[in-house]
Amino acid sequence: MGSAKSQRRWGRFGINLALLILVLAWTIPTLGLFVSSWRSRLDIQTSGWWTVFPHRAWETVLVLDPGEAGLDPDTVMEIEGATGTFEELRDGVVADDGKTQVTWIGNKRNGRIEVQELVWTVNWDFTTENYQEVLTGKEFTFTQPDGTTTTIPGENMTDSFLNSLAVAIPATVIPILIAAFAAYAFAWMSFPGRKLLFIFVVALLVVPLQLALVPILQDFRALGINGEFMSVWLAHTGFGLALAVYLLFNYVVTLPREMLESAFIDGASHFTVFRRLVLPLSVPALASFAIFQFLWVWNDYLVALIFLGGTQDKEVITMRLAGIVGSRGNDWHLLTAGAFISMLLPLLVFFALQRYFVRGLTAGSVKG
Amino acid sequence: MQNIDTTPQELSTGAKIVAAVVRIAVAIAIPLLAFGVLYAGFLFLRDSEAPKWLVVIVAVIWGVGGVALLYWVFNWLVEQLPDNWIAILQPFVFVGPALFILTWFLALPTIRSFWISLFDRAGPPDSFFSIFTDGMPASFVGLANYKAIFTERLMREAFRNNILWIVFGSTFSVIFGLIVAVLADRSRWERVAKSLVFLPMAISFVGAGVIWNFMYEVRPPNIPQIGLVNAIVVALGGEAHSWPAYTAISPWNNLFLIVIVIWLQVGFSMVLFSAALKGIPEELMEAGRIDGAKESQIFFRIMIPYIRGTIITVWTTIVIFTLKIFDVVWVMTGGQFGTEVIATQFYRQSFVARNPGYGSAIAIILLVAVIPVMIYNLRQFREQEAF
Repeated sequence: MGSAKSQRRWGRFGINLALLILVLAWTIPTLGLFVSSWRSRLDIQTSGWWTVFPHRAWETVLVLDPGEAGLDPDTVMEIEGATGTFEELRDGVVADDGKTQVTWIGNKRNGRIEVQELVWTVNWDFTTENYQEVLTGKEFTFTQPDGTTTTIPGENMTDSFLNSLAVAIPATVIPILIAAFAAYAFAWMSFPGRKLLFIFVVALLVVPLQLALVPILQDFRALGINGEFMSVWLAHTGFGLALAVYLLFNYVVTLPREMLESAFIDGASHFTVFRRLVLPLSVPALASFAIFQFLWVWNDYLVALIFLGGTQDKEVITMRLAGIVGSRGNDWHLLTAGAFISMLLPLLVFFALQRYFVRGLTAGSVKG
Repeated sequence: MQNIDTTPQELSTGAKIVAAVVRIAVAIAIPLLAFGVLYAGFLFLRDSEAPKWLVVIVAVIWGVGGVALLYWVFNWLVEQLPDNWIAILQPFVFVGPALFILTWFLALPTIRSFWISLFDRAGPPDSFFSIFTDGMPASFVGLANYKAIFTERLMREAFRNNILWIVFGSTFSVIFGLIVAVLADRSRWERVAKSLVFLPMAISFVGAGVIWNFMYEVRPPNIPQIGLVNAIVVALGGEAHSWPAYTAISPWNNLFLIVIVIWLQVGFSMVLFSAALKGIPEELMEAGRIDGAKESQIFFRIMIPYIRGTIITVWTTIVIFTLKIFDVVWVMTGGQFGTEVIATQFYRQSFVARNPGYGSAIAIILLVAVIPVMIYNLRQFREQEAF
């Protein structure tokens, strides 16, 4: 009996350990980005972000002048228990006790010797500067290792954040409104060809949006709305509508028949029933789809790139971020902060509305 | 709303005519007014120099309010008509806009893309009917674009890579999702664990691209690595590489991109598996345990068969997803280093190389590839009532 119990405890321990490892593996990439976005440009470039956790590192405890110490750089030298030639010392030599490292900095004549010891340390030099740079476009001046100063421009992401809002909110609400009307009609109104038209809608779920891009771009050019917010709203409405009608229909059709019928007997029109009864009752389904569609649009890159590409003042945040990746892929202080700003709203939605969020995203995965 | 039949009897014919004229005038004026307001909003958004936040607020109100206004106006117009007309027309006010948009954005483009795909980069004639008067233009190439798709080197590379994406991407998303779901089900911190694994689903592909570019960041050998992957590789005595661009191991460098999508998609498969696992009757598992089955036997003999339907649904969904994968590759490598996929080829041909005929042919191939999986998937979806 006792062994079965301990076996079970070990089993539980193993389960938790395996789960912990997986969860860590899934969290660490985002965590690294988040931590780095608060570190200074120089820190990001010279040390891994994980050095914010306690770790052992070499810390200089003593600086020697080779001339004063009476050392001849052309021979094998012994300093603080570490032995080596000039070339070896340039790369750093660890003493036999493993606790001291001696490094020759600079050339043979004017160099200096640094004696370092292994100590526990954390790199906790956090700054808000990266966020200031990506939010306000503030310029950034830093000192190079050789003493010269360089000024590099920031990246103004505030405008693209606002553009993303201007794209994402209507591109979420419009398809939901249109789909809700259609779902109601398919579920509760009678008209010729109802079944056939519904099959038509569901069949369109298979069309990948890539297929529509070239013809739609032609239409938008002809209509003169290419590069306007409206073009992206329409595109996202078109690409999200089939799924929205399908999902909302599945929900609306389950509403209690008696309730709607009694409303009609009381003389309510379809429009009134839709507005006063069906919309309020469908809030859970509407919310789930709204979250899915909002995230889809907010995170979309391809559609925005095609219909808003080339109009810089209407650039959305994913385009801006991809732009920084392309032009300044090594400015990690901008990229990390910028990426985090682009993720801010989705993460807020995620933590605030997790239940609807999960439902919406899993249902939305059949999107064409 | 009242209609003509219920107009009080004592009105003279003249008054009736006046009433009808007024009614018609109002019926015309209200839609005109609505369109006028919408057009003014459109001009403001297009030409305004106002501060950004103001433009954003106007855009949101105009876009959302405009659509609601249109529905209201059309419904109001229809409700002015006699009852039997309302019954006929009102359904079309409700479904009409959706059908119109779906036809415009999905149904017609399918046919139009196929038409475009039959022409070379000069494209089809401006008017479809000119082919009857002037004959087929010289740009007509028939199915040559499709032939090129299956013979060209870059496209073959793209097909090969998409197969890698499908095989590794969907399989590992399913496996890890299943593992996390099973483990979380038996732990006390299920909710937290599941949230953290699901969290990447909220991140855009561009954002994920930045995150993983940073993971793969490479530094010259003599200075500290700042990318976690290379730091681990170096600590283990290996050599640092820019992994997705490491062509020496081609085509396996694609795996470093596929990892990103696995990271993004496991949350999705985990949620569906978790729900399915909770649907397994406890008695079934208990019976297995009493019969002396090991945990591994319960897993493979009871759990897996029981949730087989869900496994297939999740797997096919991710297959479709990986077939259409674009953003991750475009942001991470731009399709260089042998990482081209079908969707990046589509984008490159259609919008960079300005050869929409070839691009459209690729999109049609994509559609053909997606259809069987999607049909199967929708069937499953209905059975599971996932929403």
